[in-house]
Order: sequence, then C-alpha cells, then structure tokens
Amino acid sequence: MKLEWLLVLLVLSNLRLLASGRLGAKIRTVAAQGILLGLVPLLGSSGHPGVHAIAIATAGIVIKGFFFPWLLLRAVRETRINREVQPYVGYLASVMIGLAGLAGAFLLSRQLTPLPGAATSLLVTAALFSLFTGLFLIVSRKRAINQVLGFLVLENGVFLFGAGAMGEMSLLVELGILLDILVAVFVMGITLFHINREFDHIETNRLADLKD
Amino acid sequence: MILALILLPTICAAAVFVLGGTRLRRVLLVGAAIGHAGMTALAWWRVPQPALAGWLSLDAPGLLFLTVTSALFLAAALYALGYLAFEPLGNVTDLEEGFLFKNAPEAVFISCMLIFLASMTLVTASRHFGLLWIGIEATTLASAPLIYFHRHHRSLEATWKYLLICSVGIALALLGNFFLGAAVAPSSGRASLLLDDLLKNPGALNPAWLKAAFVLMLIGYGTKMGLAPLHTWLPDAHSEAPSVVSALLSGALLNCAFLGILRIYQLCGAAGQGAMCQKALLTLGVVSVAVGAVFILGQSDFKRLLAYSSVENMGLLAIGLGVGGVGTIGALFHAVNHSLVKGMLFLLAGNILVVYRTKAIAPVRGLLRRLPWTGALWLAGFLAITGTPPFSPFFSKFLILKACFDSGHWLVGVLLLFLLAVIFIGMAKACLSMSQGIPEPDNVPAPVRGWLTVLPPAALAGIALWLGLGIPVQLVGLLDAAARALGGLR
Repeated sequence: MKLEWLLVLLVLSNLRLLASGRLGAKIRTVAAQGILLGLVPLLGSSGHPGVHAIAIATAGIVIKGFFFPWLLLRAVRETRINREVQPYVGYLASVMIGLAGLAGAFLLSRQLTPLPGAATSLLVTAALFSLFTGLFLIVSRKRAINQVLGFLVLENGVFLFGAGAMGEMSLLVELGILLDILVAVFVMGITLFHINREFDHIETNRLADLKD
Repeated sequence: MILALILLPTICAAAVFVLGGTRLRRVLLVGAAIGHAGMTALAWWRVPQPALAGWLSLDAPGLLFLTVTSALFLAAALYALGYLAFEPLGNVTDLEEGFLFKNAPEAVFISCMLIFLASMTLVTASRHFGLLWIGIEATTLASAPLIYFHRHHRSLEATWKYLLICSVGIALALLGNFFLGAAVAPSSGRASLLLDDLLKNPGALNPAWLKAAFVLMLIGYGTKMGLAPLHTWLPDAHSEAPSVVSALLSGALLNCAFLGILRIYQLCGAAGQGAMCQKALLTLGVVSVAVGAVFILGQSDFKRLLAYSSVENMGLLAIGLGVGGVGTIGALFHAVNHSLVKGMLFLLAGNILVVYRTKAIAPVRGLLRRLPWTGALWLAGFLAITGTPPFSPFFSKFLILKACFDSGHWLVGVLLLFLLAVIFIGMAKACLSMSQGIPEPDNVPAPVRGWLTVLPPAALAGIALWLGLGIPVQLVGLLDAAARALGGLR
C-alpha cells in the first residue's frame, strides 16, 4: 500500500516537471524523485529489508537526492539562468501530452506479461511514464540543463523498473551502474560549464554548426 | 591474467594523471599499449583462467574483439606520440576557421585514452550482462573528454550530442537488462544475468520479456554502434575528435557495441528466438548501408566521408548476422577488417588535415606528390575499404553477400550489390580527386611530423593485405569458433 502512494507521488512529480519552467523548482522536483526512488527497494521487498536493500537505498538517495541536485543547482547559479527560454512545446501542451503518455503507459503495462516479483502493476505504469517524461523533456526543451534533467528522469524510470521488479540483482552490478550514472552526470555537468563559457548561453538549438 | 589486462591500463591512467612530466606520461601510454598487446598475444597461446567467479572470461568472440582493440590501440598510441609532439602547448590556431583555442591538458588526454582501453577490455571479457553494460557505458564516459580535446565550439557540440544521444541509448539498454532479468525470474527465483548460467537453460526464459529485452538492447547498443537511423552522433563525433581518437572510436568502440548486441543475440538464438532477431538486424543493417551510401555520395568533408563509411560497414555487420550461416563468419571477419582499414584511414586523415589545413575534399589536391607515403596509403585504404581484392575486406564482404544469396535473401543481396557500387563510386570520386593532380603552391611550409605518423597506418595496411593474401589458420579457427558460439554454424 505504501509503495502505491509512493508511485502516485512519482507520477505527480513527473507532471510537475512537464508543467514547470523554473529550473530551480525542476531540480528540486527531480531530487525529490530521487529520494522517493531510493525508498522503493526498502518497500518493495517483502518482509524486513536486508543489508543489500539498505545499501542500495542509501547510495541511491545520497547520489540522486543530494549530489545531483547540488551539482545542477551550482550549474544554474554559475550560469545565472533560472528559466527555460521559450520551449519547443508550451507548458500546457506538455502537460496534455504527458497525460496522453500516462494513458499510454497504463495501456502498455496491461499488455505486458505481469512481472514475476512486482508487488503492484502500478509500478510498471509509473516506470514507463517516467521513461516517456524523460524522453519528452529531452526533445522538447532547449536548455542543455533541461536535457540533463530529462536524462535523469529517464534513468529514474529505468531504475524504478529495476528496483521494484527485479528484486535483488547483485550488489556489485547495482553499485557499478550507480557509479556509471554518477560519472555520466558529472561529465555532463562539466560539459555544461564549457558550453556556457564558450557560447555565453546553454541553449542547445544554437549548437547547430555540424550537419550535412 | 584477465584482471591484469584491465588493471594495467587503469593503473597507468592513474599514474599519468598523478605524476608529472611529459616524457614519463608518453612512455606510460606506449608502455601500457605494448604490455596490453603482449598479454593479448599470450592469450592466443594459453587461454586465460576465468576471473571473479566466472564473471570475466575470454571466449572466442571476446578474444577476437580484444585482439583487434589491442592491436589498434597500439597503432594509435604510437601515432599519438607523433601527434602530441607536434601539438603546440599554449594557444592553437584552428585549422579550419583560424581562431585560437587551447587543448585539454595532455595528462587528461592520455589518462582518458588508457581508461578507454581498460573499459573496452572489460567489455570484451565480461560474461555478465550487467557488467557488460557497465563496461559499455564506461567507454562512452572515457571517450567524451577525448572528443573534446581541441577545446572549441565545434568539438563541444559534437561532445554534447555524443554524450546525450549515447547516454539515452545506453539507458534503454539498461532497461533491456532489467527486462532480461524479468525473463529469467519466474523459474529460478533469483535472477542471474551470467551468460553461462542463462545458456544452460535457455528454454526457461519467458519469450515475451526476452524479445522486449532484445529490442531494447538492439536500440541501446545499436545507437552506440552507429546503426541508422540511430547514428546521428557518429559523423559529428568522428569528424571533430582528433584523428587518433576517431580511429579508436571507429575501429574499437563500434566493435564493442557490436559485441553487446552479439551477446544478447547469442542468448536469443539459444532460446529459439533467433528468427525475430535476425529480421530486426537485417532491417537496421539495410537502412544503415543505404544511409551510408546516400551521405557518402554527396559528401564534401573527408572525415565525415569516413564516418559515413563506418555507418555503412556497421550495417554490413548487422546484415551478416541477420542472414546467418556463413554470414556470421563474414560479419565477424568484416569487423576485424573494418577496424584495421578504417583505423588506418582516420590516422591518415589526420596527416592530411595538418598539411592542407582543411577537412573539405575539394581543396585537397595532389596528395601523392605532396605527401607520397600518406597519399599512397590513402589510395590503398580507399581500395581496401570499398572491397577491392587483394585486401581482406573484399573477402569478408564477399562472404556476407554469398550468405545473402545462400539463405534466399535475394532482394537484400541485389540491393546490397547496388548500394556497394554506389558507395564505391562516391568514395572513388572523393579519394581519387584528393590523391591525383598537382598540389596548389602553399607559402606556409608543411609541418614535418616524422615517421611515427606514417608507420602505424602502414602497419595496419600491411595486416589488411596479409589477411587478404592468406588468412592465418589460427584466425580461421577463432572465427569459426566464434561463429559456432553465436549459433551461426551448426
């Protein structure tokens, strides 16, 4: 039951990301998502959570809930931007498309064979919706930092599926995956700084010199 | 031994980063490359013991790709010596637009090269799908700073596209891994993603989840491999990276992504889902060759020309795997040949770029007169990559085509012949006009970069010629074993 409330909150946070243009608020929303996601391994396993689940949850919350937001908020401060410039798709339209995506996620998750270990079918829906939101944010926004946020939401969707559905995989692999994503976001953060220094902006639609 | 293969470049990378001294760093780069190549050669004589409870071990496909990667890295490391000696320290003038920029610190460049090698070794040796994913993602992260070595706006744009597109692709591949876990779970309770465990009882995998896992991994790793229409990062990254990095990206990185697809393909084949996988691979392969042909024909930039040729060749690999049978051997052999020849061509492109100060094809004239060695090798490389005998790509392309007709894919075979002819014409137009003619008089004296920038591509050309004239028995045996492991031959 608790897990379902958590999933509803995740879905709502995705809608908020689609509706908002303020970068600070968006980063905090993604941070909240990271913390919610860190709780899933604790609630997902039946009975008492083991050392393994606690380790993954702690690492996830520290990295996704605190380290990434700190890095991204710093990037926002340094680059002195706080709003998305006119996005390719407006906010109201984004929410509408998001709701359509949510309906699609419900339909698709009913089509799939039920997951063996999943406590609730809502989990697959929420994971698919996060994937959709992440991809949509990447293609519909101009600021490079929004694309990093979109990537994080996409990763959150993948993680939700992994944490809820797979149960325990292997500590080494899960920590390795977390480490890779940590470095990925770190490298993206560095690239953001360089883009800002080189172009005095971080709008990706102006990164359009290379083409055939 | 396998651990040593991964640890040697990692430790050298850390040493390069921490210790000072330009000479020491370069010695470490070449030393690690030679050590790695030596250990890889040793693995041919004595099969190394599995490490980490069977998570790391070298089977035939792994050893094949490890050998190619190691050989290419050795050539690239030697070339990098000549390249770095020539790169000025402070401000650098952009060769095309003439503005000033700075290079990334050499310590960063060399240690990223070494980490890149370590992560590619991890990919070739890992037997666990999760570990494989970690390795492939690590290759992206290690190579992104390499693409941004020349710190200016074009390379920055290329790096950003590369990072973002490949990261999204790789995230989908991770979802594929979880789907694979879901396919395992019902029967065994706890999911083990160890390839050897999975292959013991492939019939128990849930087919619906397995198919979904294959599709996601094909999209994810296919993005990294440069299969059209997921190839959009590839021409930008290959044209903006320093040529020595482009050679590694095209010759080694794309193969590693291909290996990721091979692993899940191997599992699907064992589980009786091979037909679906082959159809998907065939479709993406034909689209890739067609996209390559279209963009090669109208190309005005010689590094992008080579990049689109990589898209085309990756398409050929997918087609070879897709038609199965002898095509599987053809695909594996072609992966080797493409790496050798494309690696060499990119290294030569670096030599041309330095002297002519442009990546455009039209202004480059008289390569044979101005740079006799580079020009002759460039012509040889053009003949090799388009599949002219006696170079080895001819034989691998021939095998793939033969498999198309043998397996009844007549339409694919005929289409492929047509597209390969178009590509030959496109490449010939560009490469011949570059090498023939009289070079325009240039008042700026061409920089001399020494034999280190000619010898490695010459060696790669020599190997491609050697494999074409008489393929060694050991390599035939390895290709055969790899194709058997993938279920291509029975």
